[in-house]
Amino acid sequence: MKTLSRIYNFLVFAFLYAPIVVMVVYSFNGIKSRSVFSGFSLQWYQELFRDSVIMKSLYTSLLLAVLSAIIATVIGTAAAIGINATKGLRKKMYLAVNSIPMVNPEIVTAVSLMILFVFVISKFNSLEMGFGTLLISHVTFCIPYVILEVLPKIKGMDSNVYNAALDLGCPPAKAMLKVVLPQIKPGIVTGLIMAFTLSLDDFIISYFNSGSNVQTLSVTIFSMTKKPYSPKINALSTLLFTAILILLLIINLRQDKSKTAKKKGAKAK
Amino acid sequence: MNKLNARMRRVMTAPFAVWMAIFVVVPIALVLYYAFTDANGSFTASNITSIWEYRGTYLISIELALTATVICLLLAYPLAYSISKMKARRQQTMVLLVMLPMWMNFLIRTYAWMTILEDTGLINTLVKFLLSLVGYEFEGFSMINTNGAIILGMVYNFLPYMILPIYTVLTKIDKNVIEAARDLGANGFQIFTKVLLPQSIPGIISGITMVFVPAVSTFVISKLLGGGMTYLIGDIIENYFLGNTGEVNYNVGAALSLVLMVLILISMGIMNHFDEDDETNGGRVI
Amino acid sequence: MKKAILFLLAVCLLLNAGSLSVFAAPKKTVLNVYNWGEYIDQSILDLFEEEYPDISVNYTTYDSNEAMYSKIVSGAASYDIVIPSDYMISKLIAEDMLAELNFDNIPNFANVGDAYKSREHDPENKYSVPYFWGTVVIIYNTKYVAPEDAAAQSIDLLWNEKYAGKILMFDNPRDAFGLALTKLGYSMNSENEKEWQEAAKLLSEQKPLVQAYVMDAIFDKMEAEEAWIAPYYAGDALVIQESNPDVDYYMPVEGTNFFFDSMCVLKTSENKEAAETFINFMCRPDIAAMNAEYVGYATPVTPAMDLLDPEITENKIVYPDEDYLLQNTEVFANLSNKTLMLQSTLWTSLKIESSENGESTLPVNGVDLFCIAVVVLGVGSGIYFGIRSKRRKKLWTS
Repeated sequence: MKTLSRIYNFLVFAFLYAPIVVMVVYSFNGIKSRSVFSGFSLQWYQELFRDSVIMKSLYTSLLLAVLSAIIATVIGTAAAIGINATKGLRKKMYLAVNSIPMVNPEIVTAVSLMILFVFVISKFNSLEMGFGTLLISHVTFCIPYVILEVLPKIKGMDSNVYNAALDLGCPPAKAMLKVVLPQIKPGIVTGLIMAFTLSLDDFIISYFNSGSNVQTLSVTIFSMTKKPYSPKINALSTLLFTAILILLLIINLRQDKSKTAKKKGAKAK
Repeated sequence: MNKLNARMRRVMTAPFAVWMAIFVVVPIALVLYYAFTDANGSFTASNITSIWEYRGTYLISIELALTATVICLLLAYPLAYSISKMKARRQQTMVLLVMLPMWMNFLIRTYAWMTILEDTGLINTLVKFLLSLVGYEFEGFSMINTNGAIILGMVYNFLPYMILPIYTVLTKIDKNVIEAARDLGANGFQIFTKVLLPQSIPGIISGITMVFVPAVSTFVISKLLGGGMTYLIGDIIENYFLGNTGEVNYNVGAALSLVLMVLILISMGIMNHFDEDDETNGGRVI
Repeated sequence: MKKAILFLLAVCLLLNAGSLSVFAAPKKTVLNVYNWGEYIDQSILDLFEEEYPDISVNYTTYDSNEAMYSKIVSGAASYDIVIPSDYMISKLIAEDMLAELNFDNIPNFANVGDAYKSREHDPENKYSVPYFWGTVVIIYNTKYVAPEDAAAQSIDLLWNEKYAGKILMFDNPRDAFGLALTKLGYSMNSENEKEWQEAAKLLSEQKPLVQAYVMDAIFDKMEAEEAWIAPYYAGDALVIQESNPDVDYYMPVEGTNFFFDSMCVLKTSENKEAAETFINFMCRPDIAAMNAEYVGYATPVTPAMDLLDPEITENKIVYPDEDYLLQNTEVFANLSNKTLMLQSTLWTSLKIESSENGESTLPVNGVDLFCIAVVVLGVGSGIYFGIRSKRRKKLWTS
């Protein structure tokens, strides 16, 4: 039974990783072919760094992800605290609206935002789609996920601490910063990271809402898939994969360290 | 927290309320408005009625997405179960391994499947080579540009979304309940149907929604792996907004999106009904 | 958390610092050029930016006239230069989307051969400067296609059941219907609904034989011998042949499409002068020759032809004779709105038709009944559960 389940797990993981392995291997291909592998070479990596279109869209994607994650986290965290304290119909309404971007298929969100932008732009001629519309749409679909992460943490925290702070004469704003925020920190960080990855990974919403002069990496990759094959695309994904892998390993190792440290601390006591 | 005064509360929620009103509620209202008007802005129901032409497309999209969802469920459950039985340290690694591919751009991953599935691709080359060793001439499978390839693309892309929620609910199941069932004489199958399955329903349901919704509305997978041979509903919507038939029609596009949205809301409503347990978080992870 | 925010801020600053060096230099005019994919030698853009340091080119691509039209018609994206084909130029002129060019800024226009000026799509030549021209050819792989099948040099090869699954087809309605109409012996610019219906029928007969509907993906598929037969533009056939010598091509005897792709400036452009500078640059003989050498299409800049390898300019498929063009080819005209709508409807129904024959076993009425049942069931249960779930919290909001 155990071997059977091992084999099964292996097969599923093989399925999940097969294309990634293919991609990595072919990024070192000596020739420009998707079917034949011949010779090891790093030329596609060199070409990748020389490709100004890819580099520019990578920059756009990163900037966009950082900005939309920060904005969404600020708005979302504040909203989560507010919503938690709200009651009745109003709360239900907030939650319902918040769930719309999560429940809706992405293409519907994308199209609805595009209609809004085109509608506004047709009224004010000086505007156009670009970084601004991308930022707005990314913040919009990130906010709900931040709230989703933060809200349970607020529900779970001890509200007496905040009340105590107020009773002791602490102004509400200060109490919020000094008492509430530190308690829900893990939720906020998860929300921030999630918003960042969601934004970085998004294709559909960016595809409908990017203008003529700014493209995110996903949109650039999509237009590359329509053109004759270039192993640059593989080189790019190999680098991205490595970056993510390293990042995750660091996070994991740090978590492990803090865990063992805690355990040790507990034992010492 | 309950003492949070009214002014403070309003200040905290105001940015959110305004933002969501402008960028979520208004756009949905605009979709509704466009769906029921013609190019000149006067009321018409013809956009909605013209959707009847696309019933076949809705059907095929639902069919492919459902197939993919079922396959995902069948693949994911045993894996999630076996992960949930592992030691804590190993579980962490396995979950990470499941999530890792999701952090790669899905276009790139789907594109790589083309290399694998093509007539001159890796699978065919390998099989042909092996069979030629035995002296057998093989024509090759034709896999790419079929509905099967589209389903494969969907399963591949959305499988982690099925594994993770199921895994989460499975880890929450009290081991003692299973022990108790076993002590009371339940066999493996009974434990599965009477204990594990009912308790993992919330995870299964959120898994199903997280796979079905993106699968039914995709247009990229059908383009890359379907070779433009099968149009899904996402393709049609894309065509009306940015596509290459040259007929830009936001009104019909909005109507199509509206119907898609309503269909999904209905199916979510039905799904919610099965999830009687209110307080579970749906086993949602990520 | 402070660390996380600090980290993000640091990333932000870093990114900005990176951008400063790029963007904060003396303000550049950004010229948005929107062109077909694989339709320029990219190094020309670098040359242009070197020569005109105050202009920076933002170059993006589309894969069909129709896709380009969809993107610009919303008015939400601001491109300066687009390079549509003849019939699309007529359409854009008719819809008042193109700016009249100031030819004083384009002295190199004199280099363009007279045969390519003032064509039907722009009779007074006020809006467009020819970029390339060419014809549609049938490309095939000599290794797999029997010589007797290719010898006929006919469009029929695309409908030959012997090669089922190895045939590629245009993924845009104008070119695909053009082929079908020509095969039927009708004009590609037919305004007769019956003829279009017939062409649609022909295309749907072809669908089971087609491996994929593609545009530029054709390069890979033909080069890797993934597909054996495909219609495409003559210049690209040359490029494909270069990397796979087994590939050959012919002009179908039934006649073919003769097209002009011309550079136009959109009315919404705010950098019209820079755009004209760019157009002028592209008409310089050395640049045009360099571009033609890379792209493979026929250049309308006559002096550039002398700079090209005679092997290319003597290729009768890339540069056909005047007589041949007159007799055997047809230029796409801007179709009436009614026919365009018809074309779009027919194309969509071709695409949504089931490609796998086995699947349409249900009679149409069955599908309808099924749909009605699903809708009724869905709405009914939606209402039912809607009422019931009032007392329960929603899954997503808990």
